[in-house]
Amino acid sequence: MRHAISNRNAWLAILAVVLSSSAGDVLLSRAMKQIGDLGRLRARRGLLFLILTVLRNRYFLLGVGCMAVSFYSLLFGLSWNDVSLIGPAAASLTFVANAIAAKIFLHERVDGRRWAAALLVASGVVLIAI
Amino acid sequence: MNVRKYLVLAGVSIFAPVGDSLLSYGMKQVGNISLRDIPDLLLAITNPWVGAGILLLLGFFASYMTALSWADLTYVLPASSLGYVLLALIARFGLHEKVTVTRWIGIALVSGGVGFVTSGPELTRRPPRVQIASDPRATEHS
Repeated sequence: MRHAISNRNAWLAILAVVLSSSAGDVLLSRAMKQIGDLGRLRARRGLLFLILTVLRNRYFLLGVGCMAVSFYSLLFGLSWNDVSLIGPAAASLTFVANAIAAKIFLHERVDGRRWAAALLVASGVVLIAI
Repeated sequence: MNVRKYLVLAGVSIFAPVGDSLLSYGMKQVGNISLRDIPDLLLAITNPWVGAGILLLLGFFASYMTALSWADLTYVLPASSLGYVLLALIARFGLHEKVTVTRWIGIALVSGGVGFVTSGPELTRRPPRVQIASDPRATEHS
């Protein structure tokens, strides 16, 4: 019984990590594309300007909020099951969810090469961890 | 791609798995947290291992943001996944742990995925927008 509850909570946490992490990645990617190359911006305007620019971007703030949900979902999951289940399951599913979300929301050109990379890495991560 | 960009991707690769491992170790010390005791999650960061894990994840976050500022999300994520391979190699050659055939296959798959994505362009190029000739201030925002 306790094992079943532990597994249920772990998979709920994995689902929460995948959804919130993908939403966060998409929002953060959009924010960084709006701001532009951080290295060049820092060289041109300084570190303080760079930090203030990033912190004032609303997509960045929303993305960080989603990442915070993902982080605490991960902590919750790790308190119920091993990192060998939570880590690879969440990571591999997030690779696939991100490829779908990036194509739909960021209009990235996800060609055969990138789908192959996402699927190879997702399955490789699972095999390394089991 | 230049050396600076490869170093940023290396930062993303290394900080994330090491930080996650420290978090895992710390959370095992903290113990189970039920849905009724959510505030306990906030106190978990006072554990030194969890704290060290968070510091490394901050380093990961800075590298990740930098990478996303010049590359697509679907490029950065697979390209920075070599950390999983690195952990397995440290386990085999640093800690002399047994690495199973399944793990070696996993390492080959991740490496293949990284090779696939890094051989292509890092950013989706969009065609420039047609500018209105009567508005000289019109600039391209892609």
